[in-house]
Amino acid sequence: MSSIKTHTFDAVIVGAGGAGLMAALYASKGAKVAVLSKLYPTRSHTGAAQGGISAALGNLEEDRWEWHAYDTVKGSDYLADQDAVDILCQEAIETVIELEHMGLPFDRLPNGKISQRRFGGHTNNETGKPVMRACHAADRTGHMILQTLYQQCIKNEVTFFDEFHVVDLIRVDNTVRGVIAIEIATGEFHIFHSKAVLFATGGWGRCWEVTSNAHSLTGDGAVVCLRRGIPLEDMEFFQFHPTGIYKLGILITEGVRGEGGVLLNDKGERFMERYAPTIKDLASRDVVSRAIYLEIKAGRGIGGKNYVHLDVTPETVNKYLAEAGETRRIDRAYIEAKLPDIADFTRTYLGVDPVKEPMPVQPTAHYAMGGIPTNVDGCVVIDANNTVLPGLYAAGEVACVSVHGANRLGTNSLVDLVVFGRRAGRHMAEYCQGADLLPLPEGAADEVVAEFERIRNNKGGVKPYELRKRMQHTMTENVGVFRTEETLSTALTELRELRQAYQDVEIDDKGKRFNTDLLEAWELGCLLEIAEVTAVSALARKESRGGHARDDFPKRNDEEWLKHTLCHKEGDSYRLDYKPVVIGRYQPKERVY
Amino acid sequence: MQVQLRIRRFNPEKDEKPWWGEYTLDNVNPNDSVLDLLHRVKWEIDGTLTLRRSCAHGVCGSDAMRINGANALACKTLVARLIKEGATQARIQVEPILGLPVVKDLVVDMEPFFEHYKSVKPYFINNSPPPENGRERLQSPEDRARYDDTTKCILCAACTTSCPSFWADGRYVGPAAIVQAHRFIFDSRDEGYAERLKVVGDTFGVWRCRTVFNCTNACPREIEVTKAIAEVKRALTTGKV
Ligand SMILES: Cc1cc2nc3c(=O)[nH]c(=O)nc-3n(C[C@H](O)[C@H](O)[C@H](O)COP(=O)(O)OP(=O)(O)OC[C@H]3O[C@@H](n4cnc5c(N)ncnc54)[C@H](O)[C@@H]3O)c2cc1C
Ligand code: SF4
Ligand code: FES
Repeated sequence: MSSIKTHTFDAVIVGAGGAGLMAALYASKGAKVAVLSKLYPTRSHTGAAQGGISAALGNLEEDRWEWHAYDTVKGSDYLADQDAVDILCQEAIETVIELEHMGLPFDRLPNGKISQRRFGGHTNNETGKPVMRACHAADRTGHMILQTLYQQCIKNEVTFFDEFHVVDLIRVDNTVRGVIAIEIATGEFHIFHSKAVLFATGGWGRCWEVTSNAHSLTGDGAVVCLRRGIPLEDMEFFQFHPTGIYKLGILITEGVRGEGGVLLNDKGERFMERYAPTIKDLASRDVVSRAIYLEIKAGRGIGGKNYVHLDVTPETVNKYLAEAGETRRIDRAYIEAKLPDIADFTRTYLGVDPVKEPMPVQPTAHYAMGGIPTNVDGCVVIDANNTVLPGLYAAGEVACVSVHGANRLGTNSLVDLVVFGRRAGRHMAEYCQGADLLPLPEGAADEVVAEFERIRNNKGGVKPYELRKRMQHTMTENVGVFRTEETLSTALTELRELRQAYQDVEIDDKGKRFNTDLLEAWELGCLLEIAEVTAVSALARKESRGGHARDDFPKRNDEEWLKHTLCHKEGDSYRLDYKPVVIGRYQPKERVY
Repeated sequence: MQVQLRIRRFNPEKDEKPWWGEYTLDNVNPNDSVLDLLHRVKWEIDGTLTLRRSCAHGVCGSDAMRINGANALACKTLVARLIKEGATQARIQVEPILGLPVVKDLVVDMEPFFEHYKSVKPYFINNSPPPENGRERLQSPEDRARYDDTTKCILCAACTTSCPSFWADGRYVGPAAIVQAHRFIFDSRDEGYAERLKVVGDTFGVWRCRTVFNCTNACPREIEVTKAIAEVKRALTTGKV
């Protein structure tokens, strides 16, 4: 395929969210780097993150990175690798300061320091009380991180290939030689020939019907690696946030329930009283998500549909406060002051004024704990012995270091992006200085070009949209907030059918330029594959841990399952393999909050 | 309800000139966004319809379009906001934003827009060493508040492509670039204001603004764009930030 345009760089970074941009800033200090992104960098989903980024700065009260580490390990249900968690929490401090030095407009305290606030699961380990650890920039911390890192990349003249969609990794035995990308505007294939490649392509919430994730989060990077023989780690762990706006999945913060909001079913029952008699609506994310799911399954969703109400109207809240014998009461002004963003979202999207009416909510697929296995320098490791594949890197949500284990703590993803994005970028620059540019194999792009031509010209009559809908439905029903052997097997059967049907996908747009019909069809292939890997990994893990709740195995089982899953693709099937968890200071114990 | 969706179409590989595509959508919920409608056309009727989108809730800036003649984000514009209450039928017209070359259907070439953006040096400039204790630079909440509004920008281009001065002459840096300059000029930690004022004070800078307010009306983040431009103008005239 001599007609394909070839570019040569030391390193190629795929993805321009928080992780990719941080890696780019560091890698470009010592290597010739190209950043490829299917979206304009500032469109990346890092910009949607609101809450904050944690670091034990101790700007308001005593805090230590060791406490942050313990909270993270406990939150992970002991599946996180504790050596990596130590690095995460230690380096969080200098990295957040570095972001400030890059100009990030954090909110400030009266003394001029970075403002911090409380967040779920972050505690003072001595008192057990919440600690103010989350640094924030209003309610748009992710937006500010994304903007600031992009600004710095412009300042440092990082080379971008915007709207280049990466579709394959060039791997020869145990070396990487670059990637294949489609220039979206022209539809032309390009080869990026390089010594090193880093994937920072984010998550895959679009496997499910309702998600807080962008349309573009289709797991491309993970699947491209999987197809080139890289295993995926801990794919059964996917976080569902209990309160997403019905159908839209847009997040509604836990703060609503913190202020006294309650979840109600079709009969107006405060159903959390049955599931968690003591702390009710403020039980942990997995417990609440599961309760909502069960109510819906039992036909008690609102009007029999698949949502419940989150009610924060003063009338309802005050009724329950009175019932509980509390003297506190709330009013409109209080809600407007405490929950302005939520009010804006629900007013814009639902025409619902949360002061007057309940908000329709359902669990929303939110965050991938699993992904491409890496070590603490972002180097991809390809087996249970953590053998490095030289030159291949991953960072951010697509990577699994693992610092989040079976359940991620709020604010810890943004920390992960910048801490491990930075380490990966640094390591990659060093690697490139010592490595040779290996020749491109003959016909490097042939396989993926043929696959695209197949999709473009296929005449099977199956609409991609129909398959995507069915996949999202079965993933929601069967690989959702809680699973059993039966649901997972059902999902696998259907996903295999869908994989078959995918061969008959027919698209309308046969052209070259800006052919999003074609690219979406290819992305659907990624989603289908990720879905299957998730279901396969989940079926095998016969225990409940963090985000993986098995109704038929409701307890955590450390004796057999304190280990990471590795899922390998072999031909048309998947092989599972396991690797030990790195335990440090914190021995696994029961997780009670 | 039923919506007649009228979409400005153009495929450079096929069409000599743009044309209007007409699509009838039944069972539309007034709470559907225009993006939902466009997706229905693309997924159920005609896969060749081309647009950009990602987050679907107004934070990524991908899908600024001209909807019923006014710039807005498709994902943040609900059908309910475009119709009379209780209407059972409606016509909605969608076109690409104006002033940038159309690539295909609703997709325009964003490069000129990002070039203007980059021209104002949209990055933090401070060559003084950071505090010796290795900690953050300090900034009072009042100083932080001075540029808060302009930090909200998501570079969607709705403002710039609604501006008659930009339509008249694409060399004008446009409101979005000025918003970005404002974000740094009014940041007490930043030391690049002299360099930046030079760019925005140039022939194609702020003085092209005729205070039409289209930009402020178009901004999906409710940034007071015209006010920000006025503040930059004032900084230029008085030499004071
Ligand atoms: C609504 C919401 C709120 C959140 N709030 C918080 C919070 O408060 N705190 C916190 O810590 N975490 C939060 N998270 C999680 C966190 O925001 C994400 O995990 C994180 O931003 C992911 O960043 P990333 O750099 O890995 O990927 P992304 O920011 O998703 O970027 C992915 C990049 O990869 C590119 N890409 C993808 N596929 C390809 C391809 N095939 N070819 C080329 N480029 C490609 C995209 O263009 C994009 O640039 C939140 C998440 C959501 C959805
Ligand atoms: S100022 Fe508003 S309208 Fe203009 S680019 Fe920024 S967000 Fe869009
Ligand atoms: S799709 Fe992100 S702003 Fe509309």
